[in-house]
Amino acid sequence: MSAPAQTAASGPEPAGRRRAASLARRVLAQARFETMTMVRNGEQLLLLVILPVLALVALTATDLLDPYRTGDASRADVAVPGILVLCVLSSAFSGQGIQTGFDRRYGVLRYLSTTPLGRGGLITGKLLAILAVLALQYLLVAAVALWLGWDPSPGAVLSSLPLLVLVALTFTGLGLLIAGTQRAEATLAVLNVVWVALAAGGGVIFPAASLPGWLSWLVGWLPSAAAGDALRACFLEGTVPVASVIVLAVWAGLSWAATVKCFKWV
Amino acid sequence: MPTQSESQTSRTTPPDPDAAALRVSDLVKTFQGRGEPVHAVRGLSLAAHAGRITALLGANGAGKTTTLQCAQGLQRPTSGTVRLLGADPWRASPDLRARVGVMLQDGGLPQAVRPGELLRHVSRLYADPAPVDELVGVLGIGSFLGTPVRRLSGGQKQRVALAAALVGRPEVLFLDEPSAGLDPRSRQLVFDLVQRLRDQGTCIILTTHLMDDAARLADYVYIVDRGTVAVQGTVAELVSAQRDAPLVMSVTLAPQHAAALRADPPWRSPDFAGVEWTVKDRTVTLSGPLTPELVREMTAWATRDDTLPEAMSVQPRSLEDVFLEVSGRDAR
Repeated sequence: MSAPAQTAASGPEPAGRRRAASLARRVLAQARFETMTMVRNGEQLLLLVILPVLALVALTATDLLDPYRTGDASRADVAVPGILVLCVLSSAFSGQGIQTGFDRRYGVLRYLSTTPLGRGGLITGKLLAILAVLALQYLLVAAVALWLGWDPSPGAVLSSLPLLVLVALTFTGLGLLIAGTQRAEATLAVLNVVWVALAAGGGVIFPAASLPGWLSWLVGWLPSAAAGDALRACFLEGTVPVASVIVLAVWAGLSWAATVKCFKWV
Repeated sequence: MPTQSESQTSRTTPPDPDAAALRVSDLVKTFQGRGEPVHAVRGLSLAAHAGRITALLGANGAGKTTTLQCAQGLQRPTSGTVRLLGADPWRASPDLRARVGVMLQDGGLPQAVRPGELLRHVSRLYADPAPVDELVGVLGIGSFLGTPVRRLSGGQKQRVALAAALVGRPEVLFLDEPSAGLDPRSRQLVFDLVQRLRDQGTCIILTTHLMDDAARLADYVYIVDRGTVAVQGTVAELVSAQRDAPLVMSVTLAPQHAAALRADPPWRSPDFAGVEWTVKDRTVTLSGPLTPELVREMTAWATRDDTLPEAMSVQPRSLEDVFLEVSGRDAR
């Protein structure tokens, strides 16, 4: 037994000091680890993949979105932008938020922030994992949507990518803010309820403008509505609405500033 | 237990303060809660050295975990300084963190992941990690390498957490309650490993509330009480017969004689002022300023009562006695 121990912890400083792996290696390792954890969790998979795909199928099989169709847009054309935002809500907000909440409760954040990864590496790794999961979601939704009659222009697909990254940044900030300040159970409850509320009435799938009176005005300021509007404009009109991007950027800035200030690691 | 440089160590000063791997000076940590501020640490100083096991003992809430968290860079001191391998742990570089291993009290393990995956992942954070397979062998975790952490027993989780703390082959190793939840066999395994690491030059800082653990492992002990160091020294020094209240006498008697002794204790005389006594079952334990006169008084009482005690002993205080004395001081 002593031979392995010798290697496991040989002398104080034999061959120079211990060093951290390179920044890229550390962050990529964490991103891979987080991605694996996210996609392997059954509940998460329901949230990340199954619910958005079911919603897509339901929206193309019913006439719910017909009032918003213009020109020769198909039901799938009108549904996909909202479904992509729903995917971001699932991965960046609820998914990673809940995972971070429980990691915090079990001391995982504390432990990892004492390793060479550190606090910054940990958060960067999480963000990259969200983008990786989002890429998988995009591919899956696109495959199903193409089969259901989705017909996007290549330019729209291309410009949807930076928009989705901005939306993911915004909702990661919001999710981490809740996960870093509330108990794990509260985080779980709040994030799930907010996911449902935003999906149903937050301007994600149905434009905020379709809501009655003052509610429409209020919801229009939510990041979910701004994200829905931005993606719909991108795919259906081939434009990038500056107002929605500004709303998203302000939410992103505020949520990350608050997260950096208020996140409790210990 | 190897004593190394203990013999030159006085009770109040740790050895070579300048060479400390960890030095905490006048640490204050106050938490600003909703109500009154909580003074978790109030001016605590300590030093821990390479090749030594330094133990922090203290009751729950004494401030030892907060102190460790400041030393690990998890908390920012309100005032005072912490130097870990010569640097400020709050702003530690990744390379500094690579030289430090931390095993948290609650493990810090993600629940859904399997130990094997976790250890391989953590090893990727270091440029020159210990081979995971060897750690797995040394700590005997091979049999549950593929079981999700949430299904492991407390002792299994402890061993995985220790392996995770050792993956980077640290120069400084923090262990928070390392033997919690371990069965006697695993405990021995962990103790052997910790002692080997110490002998190889690792600076080990552990907290525990188990006096046995501290007495067996620690080269130097700090007893922390209400946010500050109440007593410090080697175990031998702390229980040393040179101190004011060095000894504990215990007497075990047949039931009727024990009752008689309790009814009319010979140490009631003003000559023995300050002697404290407790009774548990048939055993009377005396502590305080014990003198040969008290022992004579006790045997005289036994002669008068015509009884032979079943057991009678005079022993140095245990670390636990010291601990209870210090941490009980006008606290409760």
